[in-house]
Amino acid sequence: MTSTTRTVQVHRIYIQATPEAVWTAITNPEWSERYGYRSPAHYELRPGGRYQGLASAEMKATGVPEVAVEGEVVEVDPPRRLVQTWHPVWGPEAAAEPATRLTYEIEETAPGVTRLTVVHDVTDAPSVAALVAGEVPNAGGGWSEVLSDLKTLLESGKPLAC
Amino acid sequence: MPDDDLVFKALADPTRRFLLDLLFARDGRTLTELESELAMTRFGVMKHLRVLEEAGLVVTRRSGREKLHFLNPVPIHQIHDRWIDKYTAHHASALVDLKTELEDR
Repeated sequence: MTSTTRTVQVHRIYIQATPEAVWTAITNPEWSERYGYRSPAHYELRPGGRYQGLASAEMKATGVPEVAVEGEVVEVDPPRRLVQTWHPVWGPEAAAEPATRLTYEIEETAPGVTRLTVVHDVTDAPSVAALVAGEVPNAGGGWSEVLSDLKTLLESGKPLAC
Repeated sequence: MPDDDLVFKALADPTRRFLLDLLFARDGRTLTELESELAMTRFGVMKHLRVLEEAGLVVTRRSGREKLHFLNPVPIHQIHDRWIDKYTAHHASALVDLKTELEDR
């Protein structure tokens, strides 16, 4: 590595569910509001389409605006691959950083078992990097928690108690 | 498919924990970079990385001609949810109860 500013985070989980179910849980706001940050994600699923991560009731209570995360869809290949930009607009530090790039890779590794890999390129965005790594106190557990919760929801029908 | 046994086994070795710490400090390293931090043969480091990969704690990705190693913290988070939270919550509340009981006397 020649550059020390380039930072890519990789989070991977295996889920007993079909790739289609995992895809739906990521792209359908009725699913995304049931795990992780409980933030409904609205996607226009075409290259150049808009992405909006809406604030949950809990986030709004702390002053987070209605649209908490903005982004643009870059690549759509259901149910295998989704690439988008991801830019939190709340919090002065994260908002001042450049948009990050998020890639979801969904692969069936055995019948009914799906491997989900989230690659988050947080180059030049250190406070977003800390947030999604779960290193910011009282700001959630980042990708590890989101993916663990997603797995529990898809496998048991119920999210983790929080 | 990674499970708790593979994760605990992978963590039960100081070299492998050291490799995870290296990746925690800076992610996305090549085998050559990791090997330079250890007094061990390339083959030895590869073996340890394979155990970590089988446990899901390390994920490799290609970047051009290089194979990069990334720390995947998700299995540790799952173990935390499954084991640590349960016991620490219980012990913490048991101690709080004991303290309350003793102090109220």
